[in-house]
Amino acid sequence: MALRTEPFVLNMGPVHPSTHGVFRMRATLDGEVVLDIEPVFGYLHRGVEKLAEQRTYTGFIPLTDRMDYLASMSNNLGYCLAVEKLAGVKIPERGEYLRVIMAELQRLASHLVAVGAFLNDCGAYFTPFLYMFREREKIVDLFEMVSGQRLTYNYMRIGGVSQDIPEEFLPAMDKFLATMPGFIDEIDRLLKENEILLARAKGVGVLSSENAIACGVSGPVLRSTGIKWDIRKADPYSIYDRFDFEIPTGEAGDCYDRYRVRVEEMRQSLHILNQARKDIPEGPVRADVSHLVRPPAGEVYGRIEAPKGELGFYLVSDNSIAPYRCHVRPPSLINLTPLREMVRGWKVQDLIIIFGSIDITMGEVDR
Amino acid sequence: MTVALSGKEIARQLEEKFPGSTVQTDESSALVQDKSLLQTADFLKNSPELGLNYLNFVTAVDYFDYFEVVYRISSLEHNHWFTLKTRVYDREDPVLPSVVGIWKGADFQEREIYDLMGIKFENHPNMKRIFLWDGFPGHPLRKDYL
Amino acid sequence: MVLLDPAVNPELPNALPPDWPGDMLGISGFWWHWLIFTLIIIIFVLTMVMAVIYIERRGMARMQSRLGPNRTGPFGIFQPVADAVKVLLKENIVPGTADKLVHWLAPVVAFAPALLIFAVIPFGNGALLADLNIGILYVVAVSSVSTVGVFMAGWGSSNKYSLLGAMRNVAAVVSYEIPLVLAVVGVILIAGSLSMNQIVLAQDIPFILLQPLGFFLFFTAGCAEINRSPFDLMEADSEIVAGFHTEYSGMKFAMFYLVEYAEAVAVAAIITTLFLGGWRGPLLPPWFWFVIKVVAVFFLMVWTRSTLPRVRIDQLMAFAWKFLLPVALINLFVTAVQVLAWPDTLPWVVVPINFAVMAVLILLWAKIFYKVGWGRLEV
Repeated sequence: MALRTEPFVLNMGPVHPSTHGVFRMRATLDGEVVLDIEPVFGYLHRGVEKLAEQRTYTGFIPLTDRMDYLASMSNNLGYCLAVEKLAGVKIPERGEYLRVIMAELQRLASHLVAVGAFLNDCGAYFTPFLYMFREREKIVDLFEMVSGQRLTYNYMRIGGVSQDIPEEFLPAMDKFLATMPGFIDEIDRLLKENEILLARAKGVGVLSSENAIACGVSGPVLRSTGIKWDIRKADPYSIYDRFDFEIPTGEAGDCYDRYRVRVEEMRQSLHILNQARKDIPEGPVRADVSHLVRPPAGEVYGRIEAPKGELGFYLVSDNSIAPYRCHVRPPSLINLTPLREMVRGWKVQDLIIIFGSIDITMGEVDR
Repeated sequence: MTVALSGKEIARQLEEKFPGSTVQTDESSALVQDKSLLQTADFLKNSPELGLNYLNFVTAVDYFDYFEVVYRISSLEHNHWFTLKTRVYDREDPVLPSVVGIWKGADFQEREIYDLMGIKFENHPNMKRIFLWDGFPGHPLRKDYL
Repeated sequence: MVLLDPAVNPELPNALPPDWPGDMLGISGFWWHWLIFTLIIIIFVLTMVMAVIYIERRGMARMQSRLGPNRTGPFGIFQPVADAVKVLLKENIVPGTADKLVHWLAPVVAFAPALLIFAVIPFGNGALLADLNIGILYVVAVSSVSTVGVFMAGWGSSNKYSLLGAMRNVAAVVSYEIPLVLAVVGVILIAGSLSMNQIVLAQDIPFILLQPLGFFLFFTAGCAEINRSPFDLMEADSEIVAGFHTEYSGMKFAMFYLVEYAEAVAVAAIITTLFLGGWRGPLLPPWFWFVIKVVAVFFLMVWTRSTLPRVRIDQLMAFAWKFLLPVALINLFVTAVQVLAWPDTLPWVVVPINFAVMAVLILLWAKIFYKVGWGRLEV
């Protein structure tokens, strides 16, 4: 005799100990099984695209920091690249190398947060989270040396970076690069074969590669489904074509693969950093471009491989000091498109894990 | 490097299949009529040598006489990209067909365009505002909103 | 196997009689015994709860490469006191649509069994409130009552998160009772008595060596009963806010917090009594050995909490029914065969046999028979 049950709606509200930021989900549950979810966004909408039209090109850079606040350097880099493409600015060599170093350090920091938060959602009660943050502190200290900030760096400028690195930066970075590979091996030893993590994350929240392409998913989520697509290799920007690194991919597209792809990407970032460290030339760090730059009229789409995915800026200019239209292509929002299909049929606990493994930042989703 | 497909070449192919659809072309973009948007999009996605099945983004720009909706599509295997544009001339109640049936990734982005610019998309499964609340007056990203 | 007769063994301290202080002031010794031991138990439980809260916070913090509370008092030992004071001063908020009586009674119903269990746990030879000759059966019976309190909390809060948490808790507790009891039966077979004092007196070799599988089963099932990681999905912080005690604040929340740690101390005390030899040990006074062993078992619980992620509810149930239950039955069978068929074998021969049986059983069962929950359901 089948038990008659009725689905009910559970509101996992904007304020919740586990959703990453102010994200609201209205989940229709039948007991513990998720039937449907309806994501509600907009709690962090600040109208960044409208504000861009009233700021100069350089004055918009601090606003880009605050979109994906866990990867500010990457946001800065994407925007500056787009403007430089439009204005036809050439960046000096030292500036390019510094940009790559900052971008890869930022990728490390962002993936540390992502992995730590994912394991926290799996229930490992902050232990891996705090281990990741211990290493992230070292990276944030490096960033503080360069820009004076710990979270929203505002370091890149149109034409290069804003100022040169102090003398203590490179020795500190060398110390960090010496210990970090040992740390990644340590967390692999502790977590990769953990029975409970495998039981919770393997096979859970599978995203097929066709679905991923149809939804426009990018970044580690796309690579975990088996597609080898990384903008740093397919459409190289800055000086990434000089470095030799691999693109880690997963096979099954489940939560475990997304977590593994991020850990392997951390290793590849260290590889790039080691190569970049060897060849930094002397020279100016910023091209001689006016702060009130007026790019010629036209439009451009500049994109980078941010830690969360393909971060792009579509700029329309009418030869004035402010952009006519600046649209941000948010990887987090577009990565959320297949969330609904991924969670159907799983339980509430899996819903939290699947959502955590996509790794979004609400500042970028809502802008 | 990701190669940009030539606007003239694509426009020629589009004119062959759907005459009268293309209005003007640029270096790597084509502007089509809004009523032939769905056919063009479908052709661009399903043609085997183009295979443009990955939607990078869809957004709208407010030039005062018209709204221009920009679709940037690319193919991951062939590593090329193209920009498809269309224009809507109505400011009171602009409507366009939705491409969610062709590229699923347009789901949240079309809702964002409706929310901030006011362009409605027909046949969208959930045409509601996404960032602002339901009763919000006006569409903030328009040039004449404050 | 040779079961040792405590009356003959000369090293054991003299047993405390059941009416220990004797008749004073015209009132029978039994009443004084009851009064003194009730006070001892209440003071012991409250002090141990504070001590274990401190151990957990410092221990877990050190395992997470941070310091833990170290400001309030030397080495932060007054932190639990500060927590208690803070919680007492908080406003008592009851949701408007909550069922008032049920909401108010739930912490009481949940807390009472945690105290009641200590009535039969010996602090020394005969030093317990009541030396029931069905001691361990009483413990098992009483410990199940706190589940009713948890369910009352979940229902009376009129909150979907609380209800989810309470349902999970009931399902888990009911499932884990059975391996728990079966693990205990192995010990009873060897000791030959249900009375907790007799069980301790029979442990010339601690039963953890004679029943390693039983220890493992009891520890795991005990952790699941009291909602400790890795089975803490009943109050999973990162999923359902705080489970069944989401809507509680102030003193009632303090009661639930106390329940969780008092039950942890209770399970640690039962494990000490059944498997580690209770109060037995050289040189130091018996109650001191008892406290040391309880703290050691609790440290093991802290260790597993800070290291392991959480299991899912269907994996929890599958673990109980498909892994722990058959393994417990086989353990019982093997123990029964040993007790009946070789009554004269020295215990030291049985120890390696039991360890081997445990290793083989766990590896075999984990690889072959046990599938991790069921995956995605078609909706």
